[in-house]
Amino acid sequence: MKKILAAATMALGLGASGLAIAEPLKIGMITTLSGGGAGLGVDTRDGFMLAIKQSGNKDITVVTEDDAQKPELAVQIADKMIQSDNVDLLTGIVWSNLLMAVVPGAVAQDKFYVSTNAAPAALAGAGCNKLYFNAAYQNDNLHEAVGEYANKSYKKMFILAPNYPAGKDSLTGFKRYYKGELAGEVYTKVGQTDYAAEIAQMRASGADGIFVFLPGGMGISFMKQFAQSGVKIPVMGPGFSFSQDVLPAIGDAALGAKASGQWAPDFDTDVSRKFVTDFKAEYNRLPSIYALQAYDAGQLIASAAAKADVKDTEAFRAELLKADIKSPRGKFKFNTNQHPIQDIYLTEVVKKDGVLTNKTVEKIFADHGDAYAKDCKI
Amino acid sequence: MTISLALEQLLNGIQLGVMLFLMSAGLTLIFGVMGLINLAHGSLYMVGAFACAAVAALTGSFWLGLVASLACAAAAGAIVELLVIRRLYDRDHLDQVLATFALILIFSEGTRWLFGSFPLYLDIPPLLQGAVALPGDATYPVYRLAIIAVGALVALGLYLLIGKTRLGMRIRAGESDREMIGALGVDIRTLYTLVFALGSALAGLAGAIVGPLQSVQVGMGEPVLILAFVVIVIGGIGSIKGALIGALLVGITDTLGRLLLPQLLTLFMDPSQAGMIGGAAASMLIYVVMAVILSVKPRGLFPPAHA
Repeated sequence: MKKILAAATMALGLGASGLAIAEPLKIGMITTLSGGGAGLGVDTRDGFMLAIKQSGNKDITVVTEDDAQKPELAVQIADKMIQSDNVDLLTGIVWSNLLMAVVPGAVAQDKFYVSTNAAPAALAGAGCNKLYFNAAYQNDNLHEAVGEYANKSYKKMFILAPNYPAGKDSLTGFKRYYKGELAGEVYTKVGQTDYAAEIAQMRASGADGIFVFLPGGMGISFMKQFAQSGVKIPVMGPGFSFSQDVLPAIGDAALGAKASGQWAPDFDTDVSRKFVTDFKAEYNRLPSIYALQAYDAGQLIASAAAKADVKDTEAFRAELLKADIKSPRGKFKFNTNQHPIQDIYLTEVVKKDGVLTNKTVEKIFADHGDAYAKDCKI
Repeated sequence: MTISLALEQLLNGIQLGVMLFLMSAGLTLIFGVMGLINLAHGSLYMVGAFACAAVAALTGSFWLGLVASLACAAAAGAIVELLVIRRLYDRDHLDQVLATFALILIFSEGTRWLFGSFPLYLDIPPLLQGAVALPGDATYPVYRLAIIAVGALVALGLYLLIGKTRLGMRIRAGESDREMIGALGVDIRTLYTLVFALGSALAGLAGAIVGPLQSVQVGMGEPVLILAFVVIVIGGIGSIKGALIGALLVGITDTLGRLLLPQLLTLFMDPSQAGMIGGAAASMLIYVVMAVILSVKPRGLFPPAHA
């Protein structure tokens, strides 16, 4: 009897010390769950929750709210989450203009922010912050990769992006690596639905290739209209333009389009295959690039939470910096500005078993960081 | 800039204008007859697009989808009129705006609940695929020409309906004096429901024909709704003719502005900056046009005589 009691006490003691390591962590997820960008936010939320679920850490709670893709709403939600929900960490914002509205305030109140997507240049260089991490990329990265790829066979590119911070980062990134001539450079309104005027300009410009960065519904509209226009210039873009959230709605018009990405659903590694299988089992669709990024953000946070208490800012930050995760994209580590260093690939839209998806073609960049890290002093 | 590019852009402008006309015709008709500001008009546009996409996916026929979109939008309009709008005619505009804004939220969340957050797929019917040659080396999509044709037909149809039929006579009578036409024994309640259903069907038609060009998704109606309001304010609230002229004006101004402003600015600055500033300026252009028109003609281009 004594022995049993002793064993029980020991077990309880162990249990208690186990709990001591896994301090409660409250995460506030602000993402776009309504309006035209909702598909991106839904994938962000689902990818993130999959990672949290798989971590098995019962001390992590997530509160989710919809920002409706409106900066002012995102700021209100962030204030509410920090002040009345007492969250320790924020995540989930898809759009750079919303992120710019939320992050400076959040880090000033000593809250961590781990970005699942948006990565404006302003927060990667001199404006970087110890509490701000990005698990996706720096905004310019995927565009830089397409610029590098375009050098191979295109001499006169027409480039187009929406007029907002990520759109400007996009074309800046593209031009940083693209050495050829530009047939045209056009900024469209965010949320624009008709691109007939721009497509006519593309035809008239004599371009031999087209680069578009149009996330969400904008890309769907553009690709459908482009396919109907009779213009036969090859189209390329960053992964978002042809990601899994928009491909079903674009349809066959997307076939053959070249894009860049840190990952594609056909990656031939165990980790990636498991991610795709698990995601499909949970949500009955293929994961998009947003789902992957949020999944990795979730893994990062869970990995840090398993070893450090979020209230101990320095320790938690040190654990996040280690990036001790198995990312479906393969190699993943943080640069000095807490943005990823990773490989970037060229992908092509193909039809596999009747489903449109991205196929990996080749590696464009190995261990690619970003151009702003050198200005970051942390 | 070549002649063919100019011609192509002009057609693009007309096509955008025609699409806006379908939206604003219903909006202005409803305002003209019932004196109601209907913010939920964009939701009926979305209903049309979703009905078309869903039926087309189910049956494989865009044409059945088109019929379904007209039927669904008209039915949704009639139901909304019977349940909600009917109670708003005697209220002031603020109440109407609040109630119809609530309808937007209900329609959006209802659609999300039924179809999910991801955009639906809707393709152009095989008959209208491809492009035709324009003078010069340019081509133009057949489908966009078809939209222009549909818009012209609807404009003609509305002209005949309102100018030459008994229903049209009652609509005109309702526009000039609501109380009197009721006093003369016309069943004003049925007339209101009919007009509302007609306006809704036009919005649904606009949504369905735009569906194959754009992404069919929740919230697709609101950006168009704003433009439609610009159109009817420019045209004179309550005037179908004003809506047609206003829509073409807005469509052409917007399209040509997006083309010409950045090009104009390249004369003064480097192309990258010109693109950014020109793009931003172009998106303001229609509002500038609206402001100028309103400063000269405060009640729009073709204000109805009575109001």
